[in-house]
Amino acid sequence: MIALNAVSHSYENGHRIGFKDWQVDDGSQWLLLGASGSGKTTLLHILTGILKPQQGSVVIDGTSIYDLSSKYLDQFRGRNIGIIFQRPHLIKSLTIKENLIMAQSFANLPADLSRVQEVLASLGISDKKDAYPNELSQGQLQRVSIARAVINRPTLLIADEPTSSLDDKNAAAVLELLINQSGINQATLIVATHDKRVKDAFTNTYELS
Amino acid sequence: MSPLKISWKSIWSKPLSSALNIMLIAFGTGILTILLLASKQISDKLENNSKDIDLVVGAKGSPLQLILSSIYYIDFPTGNIPLKEAQELSRSPFVKKAVPLALGDNYNGVRIVGTDSNFVGIYKLKVKEGKFWQSDFETTIGNSVAKNQKLKIGDTFYGAHGLTGSTDVHKSHGYKVIGILAPQGNVTDNLILTNISSVWKMHDPEEEHDHGADTEHHHSKDNEREAPEIQNKEITSLLIQYRSPMSVVMFPRMVNESTNMQAASPAQESTRLFSLIGIGVDTLQWFALLIMLIAAISVFVNLYNSLKERSYDLAIMRTLGASRGKLFLIVIAEGIMLTLAGTIIGIEVGHLALEFIGSNQESSQARLTGMLLLSDEAYLFVAGLAIGIFAAIIPALQAYRSNISKILSKN
Repeated sequence: MIALNAVSHSYENGHRIGFKDWQVDDGSQWLLLGASGSGKTTLLHILTGILKPQQGSVVIDGTSIYDLSSKYLDQFRGRNIGIIFQRPHLIKSLTIKENLIMAQSFANLPADLSRVQEVLASLGISDKKDAYPNELSQGQLQRVSIARAVINRPTLLIADEPTSSLDDKNAAAVLELLINQSGINQATLIVATHDKRVKDAFTNTYELS
Repeated sequence: MSPLKISWKSIWSKPLSSALNIMLIAFGTGILTILLLASKQISDKLENNSKDIDLVVGAKGSPLQLILSSIYYIDFPTGNIPLKEAQELSRSPFVKKAVPLALGDNYNGVRIVGTDSNFVGIYKLKVKEGKFWQSDFETTIGNSVAKNQKLKIGDTFYGAHGLTGSTDVHKSHGYKVIGILAPQGNVTDNLILTNISSVWKMHDPEEEHDHGADTEHHHSKDNEREAPEIQNKEITSLLIQYRSPMSVVMFPRMVNESTNMQAASPAQESTRLFSLIGIGVDTLQWFALLIMLIAAISVFVNLYNSLKERSYDLAIMRTLGASRGKLFLIVIAEGIMLTLAGTIIGIEVGHLALEFIGSNQESSQARLTGMLLLSDEAYLFVAGLAIGIFAAIIPALQAYRSNISKILSKN
């Protein structure tokens, strides 16, 4: 599924960070652990094609993503990788439904309303589809951002600190939804966190030193 | 969901600043539209109405006033000239055609012009219905007069003294409509034509005694001696068509030096008039362009500022698969939509405003209309487009170039 080979990255200040090789199997669920500043976000950006590393290659589903042109890399990401950020960031001028349709159209997929309905229903927020983001609570917004990440049935689902701004109850709920959704959509799941509450749910871990 | 729809939604999500930008652009475009339409119409009118008239001879005074009153029928006449002298000039070898004019009365603001059949020739008039005036108190009316005053053939009406107003009505004689002109597209559409002796008889003191002290009244005081002979008759002015180009040099000088009358050239005076108006038009044009420039800057600032807030949005769009090109398109489309909306509204408002100005104008001869589409207005669209691109290009390039990894890791 994912192969990380001899990847290293230099920051602008000259600090260099190397990542140990990593093989992720199809449908497996991983925890990416590391203290703040250990390069978690950097590694996630490298994995998702947002940040090109100075050295090494990233192969996802047989595609060496940094060999793609910028445009095809964007499209590859839109179709195959769903990303959930620490804070749900939705486009304020669009309704929940439109936010999801936008995600479909950016991946060059046709607008599929029944898929939108299906995803929202599986996350228990189908009654919010015509609401605007500022009308929703933080927990609801995080669900929408999960919905947006899985709308195009990605093969890889990546979450960056999805629970750190949530209380215990919501954190547990979001984690369950993530694991659930990756199961429903048969997606490989990687959750980057330093949140100890999350650890028990995973058997595979990749630790940054 | 296309990038255009995202831009559209983004505009609607901040209605106040979008409305401000659109209003600024609309204001600038509106002024430019009005200027474009008005100056085009004025210059067309100036040209059409004096096309075949080389010279106007009238009483001494302002040459511009003479032209305005005898060619455009908008100002008061300068005074009267003796018919006898006018007829001598008409017979001059320099003159091909001479048309006498006797002004002084109106019907609901429409001028009644006493003249002869040469007037028909010089303006190449044609009747739509009925025939040209022949005997006294018969009139042939312009096409717009028939429409606006609801006059038809066989109707009678009473002229009022002066060039506007209907307080001092000549009740002793009624005019009869015997013909309506085909639309000419010039000042004759708004005139009532009759023969000169009708105008004289209208003011014959035997039949009318109640003229007040009216400065607009330029008709013969000599008439009070009740002399119907030609020697004492007066007319307002004489329109002249030259026989040869030689006349241009000789004839006006002859009139100005050897008679008690003045000669004025419509072409010269129209040019002078237009250059006077032109200064105002130029100033307004710069003013409008300045407003457009401010509008462009305002759109730029608006997009630039919102880009700071939206950089995270745009980065998220990239993670969802949008290419750099799409982000560029989203931002630039927003600018173009704003300015194009402003341009379209501005052009519409400009037309409506000019129509409103026109409908409030007193003088029907110089009436402007907003119901006219010029090909030049296409340039306004192009300008609107250009301003949109100009204002949005820098923010759009920034969106194109943004480093999403940096933006995302900041949050």
